[in-house]
Order: sequence, then structure tokens, then C-alpha cells
Amino acid sequence: MKLTKVFLALLVAGTVSFVSCKPKDADVKAAIDKVLVVNPDFTNATVTVTNGVATLAGEVKDDATKTALEDAVKAVKGVKSVVDNTSVPAPVAPPVIAADDPLTSAVKDATKDYPGVMATVNDGVISLTGTIEKSKLVKLMQALNGLNPKSIDNKLTVK
Amino acid sequence: MTLTEKYKPLTDAAAASGVSDLLVREQDNVLYIDGVAPNGEVKDQLWAKYGEIDPNFTGGDLVMDIKTSIDANVTKVKVTTESSNLNIRKGPGTDQPIVGKAAHGEVITLVSRANEQWWQVRTADGEEGYAYAQYLTPEA
Repeated sequence: MKLTKVFLALLVAGTVSFVSCKPKDADVKAAIDKVLVVNPDFTNATVTVTNGVATLAGEVKDDATKTALEDAVKAVKGVKSVVDNTSVPAPVAPPVIAADDPLTSAVKDATKDYPGVMATVNDGVISLTGTIEKSKLVKLMQALNGLNPKSIDNKLTVK
Repeated sequence: MTLTEKYKPLTDAAAASGVSDLLVREQDNVLYIDGVAPNGEVKDQLWAKYGEIDPNFTGGDLVMDIKTSIDANVTKVKVTTESSNLNIRKGPGTDQPIVGKAAHGEVITLVSRANEQWWQVRTADGEEGYAYAQYLTPEA
């Protein structure tokens, strides 16, 4: 009986020491976190580790960063494999610039009620000359800014 | 100072005042701010903020297109010209013939919003056509 108990105890101890030879998930995670902290591109990414499998989440700025992050995590000791669930934000749509013809007629409509204001359109740029009363300036600028110009070159004299 | 920094008080105010679909990006030394304000007051506040940074809007480095959110159920609009009558035209454009007029302060029917600049309207007399949207204010 006694011998059996000792034998069992040894077996358990052996198993425990065998398991503890492998890096623990918590240690692997700590090592990966160190990698994430040092690179500013990786700071919005997070990691969880289960049985040596590192699962990445969060956001990275582009696909190149995503690949770099995966490679960096794979290189950490104790990582068996990487599941990359990080996302890359959709690219921001560039500003819409109106073509000169529709813009010219839209500018004509918008400036019709401002007799002192002369407006021309060239390559998306609205150029304003002449004079305007201060009280009317905001209303005119609101209208012109809503027409998708490339920019507004305002040389109006404000009375 | 970058454009983003120059206009930060403006973009911060836009974000804080509930402007939806807010989009801020820079291209060829011009900052573009797009968004939809919950109402006309918020839009005016943002323009006042813009005026604090660039009093006469002469910088040429910002295009701010803040639209005003309009309830799809709105059917009545008020003519908010400075004092004059509002022309109602056959089509959307000042090159179109005038088919009627709405008085300053008159409340007329909104038929449809043809585009951002021109709205299709109908007066109490049954005159129907297009009016410049900037002079129309939705009735609550």
C-alpha cells in the first residue's frame, strides 16, 4: 500500500515537473506584451495565449503592420502558432471635387444674390473678388463650401 | 502648425456637438471637413468657430461642408430670405425661367429635395417648381 502511494506521488511530481518545463501561457503572453509595447504600431493590438496559441485582436493601421505584427509574435519563444484577428481600418474616402462645369453653374446660383461679388472657377478652385457686407459673408461662404470645391480663394473686401 | 492643428478647435467642436458622418482629411494643403449637423444651430455654431480661427475666411486652406440633418417627414418649409421674395423656377438652376414667387416668411410645401442646393416646392396658390434651399428652413 505504502509503496504504491510513494510511487503515485513520484508519478505526480514527475508529471508536474515535465509540464513546467514548457513555457506557461501567462509567461508567453507577458513576453508578447513586451513586444507589443515597444512598437508604437502595435499598441492597439492585444493578445491572449492558450496552450501556446497566440490570438491577436485589436486594430493595426495597415496590412504591412499586420504582417509585421504576426511575424514578431511568431518569433516569441513558446508561441506555437498565431491566430490573427486584428483588423485594418477602411481607408478614408478622399474629398469629392466637383468638375468645373457643374461647379461654375452652382457658383453662379450661389452668388446671384450678392451683386458686389465676382466669382470664377478654375480647376475646382473658386476665386472671389469684389466686396461684401460682413453680415452676408458667412451665408455666402456656407453656400460655396457646400459645392465641393477644391478650395476657395477669397479676396473679397469685407465692408 | 499643421492644418489639423490649426482647425482642431473646430473639429473638436464638431465631434462634441453631435455632428454625424464627420470626416476630416487633408489633401494638397487643404483640410476638408464633412459632416451632418443635427440642426441649423449647430451648423451656425461651427461656422462661428471657423470665424474665430479665420475671421473673413481668407485662408483658402479649409473646405467645410456641414450639412443639416432634415427629418424625412418634413413637408413644410419657411421662406427665410433676408427680406425679398423667393423665386420659384422651372428647373434647378438660376438659368431656369421663374414660374412663381414665395413671400418672405411664407410657409410652403416641400415636394422633394432634388439636390443639396435646389428643393422642389409648391406654394398655397399651387405654383410648383424649384427654389434655392439656402433660403428655406424646415418647419418642425
